Amino acid sequence: MKTQVLIIGGGATGTGVARDLTLRGVQCILVEKKDINAGASGANHGLLHSGARYVFSDPESARECRDENQLLKQLAPDCIEETGGFFVAVEGDDEAYIADFQHHCEKTGLPCKPVDVRDAREMEPALSDKTIAAYEVADASVDPFKLVLENITDAQKLGCRFFRHTKVVGFAKKGSRIASVDLVNKNTGEKKTIEADMVVNATGAWAGEVAKLAGAHIDLIYSKGTLLITHTRITDRVINRLRPPSDADILVPGGTVSIIGTTSLRMQTLDEIRPTVSEVDRLVEEGAIMLPRLETIRYIRAYSGVRPLLGGGGKGDDRSVTRGFDLVDHAKDGIDNLITITGGKLTTFRLMAEKASDLVCQRLAISAPCQTRRIPMISSHETRWAVPGFSSKNWIQGHESDDMLLCECEMVPQSAIEEIVGYFDIFERQADLKGIGKRSRIGKGSCQGSFCSVRIAAYLYDRGVAISTEGIGNIKEFINERWKGQRCLLWDMPVVQTELEEAMHCGLFGLELQKE
Amino acid sequence: MSEIQTTKCDLAVIGSGLAGIAAAVFASQNGIDTCQIGVSGGILYASGYLDLMGVHPVEDRKIWVNPWEAIDALVRDVPNHPYAYLSKADISQSLDQFADFMADTGLPYKKNENQNVAVVTPVGTVKSTYSVPVSMWNGVPALADGRPCLIVDFWGLKGFSALQITEMLKPRWPDLRAVRIAFPSVDLSIDLYPERMARSMEVDDNIVMLADEVRPNLNGAQVVGFPAILGMNTTERIIRRLKDLLDCDVFEIPTIPPSIPGLRIKENVETVLSARGVRIFGQKRVICAKQNKEGGFLLDIGDFTDGKPEHRLEADGVILASGRFLGMGLHAGRKKIRETLFDLPVFQPADRSSWHRKNFFDPCGHGINRSGLEIDDSFRPLNQSKKPAFDNVFAAGSILAHQDWIRQKCGAGLSISTAYAAVRSFMRHMQR
Repeated sequence: MKTQVLIIGGGATGTGVARDLTLRGVQCILVEKKDINAGASGANHGLLHSGARYVFSDPESARECRDENQLLKQLAPDCIEETGGFFVAVEGDDEAYIADFQHHCEKTGLPCKPVDVRDAREMEPALSDKTIAAYEVADASVDPFKLVLENITDAQKLGCRFFRHTKVVGFAKKGSRIASVDLVNKNTGEKKTIEADMVVNATGAWAGEVAKLAGAHIDLIYSKGTLLITHTRITDRVINRLRPPSDADILVPGGTVSIIGTTSLRMQTLDEIRPTVSEVDRLVEEGAIMLPRLETIRYIRAYSGVRPLLGGGGKGDDRSVTRGFDLVDHAKDGIDNLITITGGKLTTFRLMAEKASDLVCQRLAISAPCQTRRIPMISSHETRWAVPGFSSKNWIQGHESDDMLLCECEMVPQSAIEEIVGYFDIFERQADLKGIGKRSRIGKGSCQGSFCSVRIAAYLYDRGVAISTEGIGNIKEFINERWKGQRCLLWDMPVVQTELEEAMHCGLFGLELQKE
Repeated sequence: MSEIQTTKCDLAVIGSGLAGIAAAVFASQNGIDTCQIGVSGGILYASGYLDLMGVHPVEDRKIWVNPWEAIDALVRDVPNHPYAYLSKADISQSLDQFADFMADTGLPYKKNENQNVAVVTPVGTVKSTYSVPVSMWNGVPALADGRPCLIVDFWGLKGFSALQITEMLKPRWPDLRAVRIAFPSVDLSIDLYPERMARSMEVDDNIVMLADEVRPNLNGAQVVGFPAILGMNTTERIIRRLKDLLDCDVFEIPTIPPSIPGLRIKENVETVLSARGVRIFGQKRVICAKQNKEGGFLLDIGDFTDGKPEHRLEADGVILASGRFLGMGLHAGRKKIRETLFDLPVFQPADRSSWHRKNFFDPCGHGINRSGLEIDDSFRPLNQSKKPAFDNVFAAGSILAHQDWIRQKCGAGLSISTAYAAVRSFMRHMQR
């Protein structure tokens, strides 16, 4: 198989590069070893930074955030909720730091307005009565799944091919060039070789591993962050703790939930990236200082991501390491047609993709300029089932008389599953439960997939998509994926739900006895 | 302030799952004046299959054909498992008595003596169980011998795919076929709710129409499997009728919850128990329990939702069959698991990080599921000093510690036999 550009990694950066290059008329293939947003792109706050978080440590990143924040609100309005944000301090927080905040924002060119504490608590009643300062900034929330789905769907419409579950296993070199890339499908074992004029390594935290396969070197440190999703939304705005970065100091609302995070833990490897009970307890207890409801509210999911941070590691907290991004031309390692784009953050993904694509085009002697600053996303319709609340609203507004809800918690009907399975068909990919889960809200309600997994597996059999024992494998994978996020949050009602789930899936179905 | 009414009884059975039901059955059979209180939660999820003992050690996934040999091995390895407090004769006796009672309610059971049997589940896996509702029994020999069989499902009944069952079982059952038909008489414009389907099958015209829909698809099938929606109160009759109309054997396969077999147990059992004098406080819970001077218990009973006392019970003894987390007998807080009514000590893992394993399907099972109440030989829960907390409180069913009924496949046997033992201990206590 031949292409002009092979992009490795299906996160925000990789799909952003795919969209950018296809808009310039460049032929691309994107490969991803799992599915979209499997790394940090799917495990972050969903915060569209105003930049204020970085005014002390990294004014350049702060300005980039400010500009991209404004741009994305225009280009991807369906992915963004313009919530606005507060920076708040509570009794005991560093007063000198508080006093400098507004000055730093102004110096960096960021809008920042002091708010009377009483007014702030009226606007956000969930704030602690120990709040002592509040400032208003231009934070917003962004849905990373919708954003990345729109990117890749836009790119696919323009001819980009996308292979899921396809892992790079080797690079064949000829002189100072990568002649071809060897890939294997992790589900089927099928092998593939792709010849590309340029290869873009956009694998986030895995960028070092992929570069190493090609004989190149990237210096990354891994910082694991854990976040929790609450069962209901507790504020209208993004709430930041006004102090040097620490645990549980950002709460981001999104749709009907809020997300509190993060922790920061240096990791040596990428093997065991899942939340722990102690991280969860730390987030609950620390978050409750700023927002007391976090102590008693029900949580529906915990998740962890890895920040790929640049450089050989700094002193102290990893959160003080630059959040800037790095574009590496591996010509320096003696490989002329490989570049790596990593680091950075969700807010600046478009800019990262633009810079990477500029370099690609320069190498390919393509003069087409970047279009992503002015062409809005066009795949809002195809990706709408991923949006929290869309499905239920749509169902209540009206539906076909023979349609039925396969996921009752999030109200996802059979027709939506049919449509998503149809997109899989169009792009020659086999639908599976986890893949449908990435593209819709199934399994994200209070039953966490106990029921909808069985109903949708039955549907996949009826439609001939699942055969033999595949559906059972699908159910087990899907349940375990949800489980990763539930396991550390099981107290009170979720324990009840889990008991029912286990009674059904193990007690009755005996799935724990099925050999893989 | 309005006076709340006080009712006196010998025994208060707290819980309306299988253990609570069994305790009320055994108590009423022994002429004990009994009240039963509980919210029917768990029973509505029951498949109808009654497991006695199937898997041990769970980490080896060892499946036993003879449940009594499995119990021997289990008791040897886990000497504080609830089964270790019972003789096999008692367990066997309790199951037989319970089956007799179920037959009286119109829900007869069938088993192969001393042998687990293989049955089909709604996702097409095969499960090993002990006692099977007669309405499901014909599936047992059909699966064992691979008889030509047709599985029927319905347009609009979600979560039950005959095609899935045939795909799953193809290697061991090549003569299995699937057909999807329209459910007779129900307007197709809405979800087919199992309960609605089951009740409509009580009408003979609908049985005839169903048979007419199925007949052209038989093509030599000797046995036909349906999702378990064949009637609510007279399933046996409906199955006989279908057998006559189709001229072949018929059996039911459980559906995913909400489960009609579970609902049948609840409705039919409550009717018979009430007729036998058991006073049932359905959809109520015990809000608090206090001891009176004579050592009996005063139980305040109220609505499930608002927790306001509406009724007071005065009972000489209590059987605590309030279940685990779903039954609300136990409550898991962020730091600790507690027993909800008497605050009895709960055996449990050291901290939350050892409650659940990283893999949901880990064959070892989750630590939290072995938590629960520890008991003495008379099934009385123990206090902190490992002595019976009360002379007249007995525990039965899944609230007991040191068992993992889900993984060991011993849920029904455990509930029924420990209820039997708890009632017997209560009677001995009263004699003293």
